[in-house]
Amino acid sequence: MGTYLARRAVHSFVSLAGLLILVFFLARLTGDPTNLYLPLDATLEARQEFAERHGFNDPVIVQFGRFLSGLAEFDLGTSIRKHRPAADVVLEAIPVTLGLAAVTMIVALLGAIVVGSLAAYRPGRIFDRLASVISLASASAPDFWVAITAILLFAVTLGWLPTSGTGGFAIEYWIMPIGVLLIRPFGLMVQVVRGSMLTALSSAYVKTARAKGVTERAVIFVHALRNGMLPVITVASDQAAGIANGAVIVETIFGWPGVGKLMIDSILYRDFAVIQASILITAAVIFTINIVVDIAYAVLDPRIRHH
Amino acid sequence: MGAERNTAAVPTAAPRSGARVVLGLLWSDKFAFVAALFLIFVVSCAVFGPLLLGGTATSMNLRLRNFPPFTLDHGWLFVLGADSLGRSMLARLMVASQNTIAVAAAAVAFAMTVGGVLGLMAGFLGGWFGNIVMRLADIIMSFPSLLIAVVVLYMFEPRVANLVLVLGITRMPIYMRTSRAEVLEIRERPFVAAARVMGASSFRVVFRHVAPTVLPTLTTIAALDFAFVMLAESALSFLGIGIQPPEITWGLMVAQGRNYLNVAWWLAFFPGLAIMLTTLSLNLLSSWLRIAADPTQRWRLEIPRGRDG
Amino acid sequence: MAERAAPILEVRDLAVAFHTLAGELDAVDGISFDLHRGETLAILGESGSGKSVTAAAIMGILDSPPGFVRGGQALLDGVDLLALSEGRRRDLLGERIAIIFQDTLAHLNPVYSVGWQIAECFRIHRGVGRAEAYERAVDLMRQTHIPDPERRARDYPHQFSGGQRQRIMIAMALALEPDILIADEPTTALDVTVQAQILDLLIELRNARNMGLILITHDLGVVAEIADRLAVMFHGRIVESGSVGEVFADPQHAYTRRLMSAIPGRAPPPLRVATKVVGAAPLLEVRDLAKHYEVTSGLMRRRTGDVVKAVDGVSFDIQRGETLGVVGESGSGKTTLAKMLLLLEPPTSGSARFGGEDLFTLKGPDLLHLRRRMQVVFQDPFSSLNPRMSVAEIIAEPWSIHDGVVPKAERADRVVELLDRVGLAAEHARRYPHQFSGGQRQRIAIARALALAPDLVICDEAVSALDVSIQAQILDLLKSLRDELGLAYIFIAHDLAVVRELADRVAVMKTGKIVELGTTAQIFDRPAHPYTQALLGASPLPDPELMAERRQRRGIGIQMVKNG
Repeated sequence: MGTYLARRAVHSFVSLAGLLILVFFLARLTGDPTNLYLPLDATLEARQEFAERHGFNDPVIVQFGRFLSGLAEFDLGTSIRKHRPAADVVLEAIPVTLGLAAVTMIVALLGAIVVGSLAAYRPGRIFDRLASVISLASASAPDFWVAITAILLFAVTLGWLPTSGTGGFAIEYWIMPIGVLLIRPFGLMVQVVRGSMLTALSSAYVKTARAKGVTERAVIFVHALRNGMLPVITVASDQAAGIANGAVIVETIFGWPGVGKLMIDSILYRDFAVIQASILITAAVIFTINIVVDIAYAVLDPRIRHH
Repeated sequence: MGAERNTAAVPTAAPRSGARVVLGLLWSDKFAFVAALFLIFVVSCAVFGPLLLGGTATSMNLRLRNFPPFTLDHGWLFVLGADSLGRSMLARLMVASQNTIAVAAAAVAFAMTVGGVLGLMAGFLGGWFGNIVMRLADIIMSFPSLLIAVVVLYMFEPRVANLVLVLGITRMPIYMRTSRAEVLEIRERPFVAAARVMGASSFRVVFRHVAPTVLPTLTTIAALDFAFVMLAESALSFLGIGIQPPEITWGLMVAQGRNYLNVAWWLAFFPGLAIMLTTLSLNLLSSWLRIAADPTQRWRLEIPRGRDG
Repeated sequence: MAERAAPILEVRDLAVAFHTLAGELDAVDGISFDLHRGETLAILGESGSGKSVTAAAIMGILDSPPGFVRGGQALLDGVDLLALSEGRRRDLLGERIAIIFQDTLAHLNPVYSVGWQIAECFRIHRGVGRAEAYERAVDLMRQTHIPDPERRARDYPHQFSGGQRQRIMIAMALALEPDILIADEPTTALDVTVQAQILDLLIELRNARNMGLILITHDLGVVAEIADRLAVMFHGRIVESGSVGEVFADPQHAYTRRLMSAIPGRAPPPLRVATKVVGAAPLLEVRDLAKHYEVTSGLMRRRTGDVVKAVDGVSFDIQRGETLGVVGESGSGKTTLAKMLLLLEPPTSGSARFGGEDLFTLKGPDLLHLRRRMQVVFQDPFSSLNPRMSVAEIIAEPWSIHDGVVPKAERADRVVELLDRVGLAAEHARRYPHQFSGGQRQRIAIARALALAPDLVICDEAVSALDVSIQAQILDLLKSLRDELGLAYIFIAHDLAVVRELADRVAVMKTGKIVELGTTAQIFDRPAHPYTQALLGASPLPDPELMAERRQRRGIGIQMVKNG
């Protein structure tokens, strides 16, 4: 078990390193940021000075070396847009996205477990068919479209909710972003819960439990659910990346200062240090989630624990 | 032996033709049936739309700027209203379906071919090659694909080919993982061992025995993936780094309509609805397919309503 | 079996049907039987006869849908189980009537400890507290002879062997001392020595608690060993019933008679002189063949120095036309041996010469040529044929691998010829494997093995997955092919009776070694090695008198070998 986790951690680290190298060189290929930051009529000397100051004149490989040695001291470089350490810029944005993602995930997961389990209990009945179609529709909805439709309806037409911004994170500012972000993970996970609960409920051990005289409620929530949760956990962890995708869209549309918006802006402004820092930190968060999920899996499934 | 397997030669008395059986199974799931009809409609739009309506979709009529939907005052073409330049929404939607479908289809085909072959090789060769392929899948999978796409599409210009490539690459891991896992399982099956005992080469084993067995699984995934890629493409086009004007896709139409949200909601609403209905239809159809293709579940489609559950 | 009190369970006209592709299908078609306290009723039938469905219907755990009870009654002390409300029936399940199954790994919940699962019975029916219920669970595990129950109760199902899991299953079923226990193929997947222990345990507990036991099985040997009365099921009906002695001595129904005559090894087969050329070199010489697996652990997969010896220095010869039976229990290394000879796995050490050539060093065309002379028939007829190839393609595949054996133009005719040889018809060539029954598929696999006219065919549990009557047909086919074509077989099986039918000589394997090798008569009539004797003593024979005698001898409930 310890070995298994250690191996997973090594895999994650290798993946992280690969991703970082990829992003570093890709970002450098997106073009020279000098023109973006200096006026069009800037003198050649000014341009030289700018490039010199930010180290853009050195060969890419030298820049990479500098990046790595900085990394060793937890220095992720300086944002050329905000003139502050890139790590600070990213760490300010992380809690916003994390909060958004965590609330979304919890609501989506709990909702999916309840709806999916009930649907799986009597497959083919009206509740199941409704749950299936609604969850499929929700998994099929383009989030950006849902977002602007929601703004049109709830903010513009009805005036119930604010159109955008965080408003000091007051509750009414959370409703639409989370509602939009929720919609696809929820739909997907209802499908997964329903499928895995269907398998669990038709399994041989459930038959044994029924033959013992276990009540139907205990059959679902004690015998089947813990087994049915196993695939759901895996999918939920895969959804971590999916929610980050959604966060890019939601943060852009609702003007939330999270990592998603930060990254889009940084790419637009060729703010390399911030791109690198945000990708590094986001990936680290996602890998951490994956390892936590692995541990959760092992706790729930003794077969993994003893392997 | 305790489980009552239906081992007897059951299908001997099955005079019904294959196509009729499939249609019958489809008819018994009304949602899937409607979904299939809708998809046929969308695909015909994609194929014939630009041919028939290419001119109509670009012809401006300034008197009909932001003409509201649901009236037939200006003919059926304007039943869904007109855009800010007075172009027929319906015609534009039908024309835009071609790019939307083509990009998604190309990306899925790319992901399935390259990912499938890589996974096949990873499963069969194993060793360091297998490890590299799996790590590659990890990297792609564990990072938000949208951001990778944004980075790459900024680097190279957002041309259709690049878009297809990026979408394809971000969807590859699922095929790599699935086909590798399937290969690892199938190569242990007795019929593969029997082939090796006959003296079959690795090449023969892979292409005669393993690949044909993996293919149906990959195709099933591809159907679902198609929906996913459509959503991803429209998100990119919405962010302005997908398909570029004057080409149109549904995602781009939503983005363009966003500026007119206050005055003409239908500009953004209908293209988004088209995306959602197409994705939903694909999902409905593939969930039907899962049941229909599973001999232990298929009876659900065959017993009359009201007796199930 | 004098008629004492009223029966504890009366099943009357039970009918169960399933929704299928072809409409509603009757699985159980109006069956009736009684069960008394302290007796064992065996329900005997082959796969698809409806015997397991009967048990599930009585217990109310039928897969529903697609299955449903069409009619009839199951009276437990006069109360109809089938007509009870769900809640009332739940009160009786486990309390008055309990069931154990064949596939114990699937039937125990993988994510809860076995102690918890046994204790659950006390908690739900008796309202016993957690700690006390757990105490009682440990006690039950002790009663079912699981060593070190205090510690083992905390373990999970996958950490036990198949035999121990069945003991846990039994402990769970008997927790509340029910009046009736239904055992659905309780020993089918187990090794013979373990099977004997489980059957002993069932009888011990039945006698101690005066339960009624319903034993559902396909194995006539098991019936003869522990049943008092017998009901034979065929196509959803009970075609014959009576005391075990009566039915075995004088079967009335045609199906029962066919079943009895199909039992392998019932009569010692006539001595056969293998058509071997005296003084000729053996077809296959195996010397000191071994396969060791090194156990690795840790992040870098370091070798721990522990070695699992799957096959540990095996030597034997096979002459042309000779059949060598290889018997052994699971884990004895018999399948690994086959894989090495078929070059599916490289050996750790040792040599094998086939027709004078070194099997393990051949390469390229020489190897390809040798492949033609040695073929295989596997156990599972469902997975040994590629489901996407037609029968003609399957049988002809060897010819497209080996150019020039059969010219393309003649292949279709040769396929028909081979199909005919294995008892199938020419029109079968166009069909696909899923359209055939298990026995037919095994015939196709045999036809494929014959396509290259081999000298040696390795049969790895080739008849183990088949019903008794089908088994007999396939054994007959193998015999006639051997006599006509002069084939040599290595016939691997766990079932002694089957090996006795076919083999000229028998090798008995245990933990990777051949512990005894001799002619079939020697091994079966005068076994020398204690393990061979134990194996023979444990394997149930379809002869009720003999089995009663044997049971007397070893004393019921006494554990012969270490717990399985």
